[in-house]
Amino acid sequence: MNILVCITHVPDTTSRIAFTNNNTEFDKNGVQFIIGPYDDYALARAVELKEQSGGKITVLNVGEADSDPTIRKALAIGADEAIRVNAFPSDSFFVANQIAAIAKEENYDLILMGRESIDFNGGMVHGMVGELLGLPSFSPVMQLEVDGTNAKITREIEGGKEKLDVSLPFVAGCQEPIAEWKIPNMRGIMSARTKPLNVVEPSDTSTHSTISAYELPPAKGAVKMIDADNVSELVDLLRNEAKVI
Amino acid sequence: MSVLVFIETEDGKIKKSSREAITYGAALGEVTALALGTVSAEELATAGKNGATKVLHVADERLNDGLIQPYAEALSAAATEVGADIIVTAKSSLADAVVGRVSMKLGAALVSNVVALPDTSNGFQVKRSIYTGKAFANVNMTTDKKILAIKKNAVEVKEDGGTATVEAFSITLDDSLFGSKITSTEKAEGDVLLPEADIVVSGGRGLKGPENWGIIEDLAKTLGAATGCSKPVSDMDWRPHHEHVGQTGVKVSPTLYIAVGISGAIQHLAGVNSSKYIVVINKDEEAPFFKAADYGIVGDAFEVLPKLNEALKTALA
Repeated sequence: MNILVCITHVPDTTSRIAFTNNNTEFDKNGVQFIIGPYDDYALARAVELKEQSGGKITVLNVGEADSDPTIRKALAIGADEAIRVNAFPSDSFFVANQIAAIAKEENYDLILMGRESIDFNGGMVHGMVGELLGLPSFSPVMQLEVDGTNAKITREIEGGKEKLDVSLPFVAGCQEPIAEWKIPNMRGIMSARTKPLNVVEPSDTSTHSTISAYELPPAKGAVKMIDADNVSELVDLLRNEAKVI
Repeated sequence: MSVLVFIETEDGKIKKSSREAITYGAALGEVTALALGTVSAEELATAGKNGATKVLHVADERLNDGLIQPYAEALSAAATEVGADIIVTAKSSLADAVVGRVSMKLGAALVSNVVALPDTSNGFQVKRSIYTGKAFANVNMTTDKKILAIKKNAVEVKEDGGTATVEAFSITLDDSLFGSKITSTEKAEGDVLLPEADIVVSGGRGLKGPENWGIIEDLAKTLGAATGCSKPVSDMDWRPHHEHVGQTGVKVSPTLYIAVGISGAIQHLAGVNSSKYIVVINKDEEAPFFKAADYGIVGDAFEVLPKLNEALKTALA
């Protein structure tokens, strides 16, 4: 099976978010970057599928050179080769175009990615790529079993889940519990150094949007503590101060 | 401006988040709404209360399930039919999957997690939530057609409108769009949907086991709230995954979030930081969640919750 896994290079979930250059750029200072947590689930499931039935995993990132350590980590986890489209991922339209252009060059049985990135949380790229390639797209996918050219997937819906029978190839936006995150072992880390990481230039540079400025939410006020023996005070505050009940 | 709003229904009723989307759309221009699958004309006419003039209804039974490709096809066809400049939808797990396809079909810019009306004084700029609620971005949309997915609970529903006219909308949906078959659906019956809820009561490991969830459910029932949980609770299968609130689970934005026995790991906070008010009940006074809370009680959940439930019942009676 030939699997393309698209990954994002995003700030660690514990990062303090700040902006620089007059609030027009994300402040990378002191921020640890990781494989997007949802993409990491997609990658882990791809590695399991390869263990079951063989094949090849190509990991794809649209990003600048600072993504390379994140891509090497994906190679250490079990991808066979990597492609980086050398460009800042300006918007979901731009990223989807790059992914579709790469995907068209080879016959992938599965194109997996996270349900959304954790920086922009759009959750739109899987659908865009599916449409560009004329393939079905599913998201959020929480289970994926492949049997030949057929697959059984479970999609989360609001308040529950649904199971579907689908045919390969397709695009899936993945989330837990599709697989457990994998931690690279020493052998994986060593072999990742020599696995191919091909850098290509973007095929189409058009975008649908630009960002003019970032903002942070207003700081939260101090917490009001209420005595555990006086819950009626909380009821009173919720009713008369917060006015939420 | 011509606006098309995509309506989602739940148990034959228009979802609250879709009413938010209609309210948002009505502030931009004349709203035509689109409903797919079996739903009564009486219910659809109530979209008028929120500001829709007309509802197009594709009563094709094959659309009773939220299938991504046929939905995208129907939404694009309706947008073309009404000459929509803007498509508005609530952000949801279904709409996310659908509108990405629609944006490519129509060449329309798509911005998700929109939290405010656009600024059209110089182009078309919208404010969206990013970094899982930790920041906002002001985005300029540069295409003629635009799609906006509105963050849930970001818009206050208006109900001062009239009755919408409901028209059958006939489109041919090719069988090839229905290649994927839904074989089963599991859904919690009659509960308040977590992503839609005004009030959420969530439990964490401090509850000690799934058998103790009764006190969470009782409080939720009193408040008409949805129930949620922390990631460890869903990982241990105490509660289903669709209740997991946090960075990799459901992101909620209710007016009131009550966290019981949840320490407040940063990944959990990422899922709740758009809540208007947060109440934290935890027996550990050092729990980091208190720093993110508006109101806090240090105490044993098994003692505090029944008392709080009784006090609320009295107050709300």
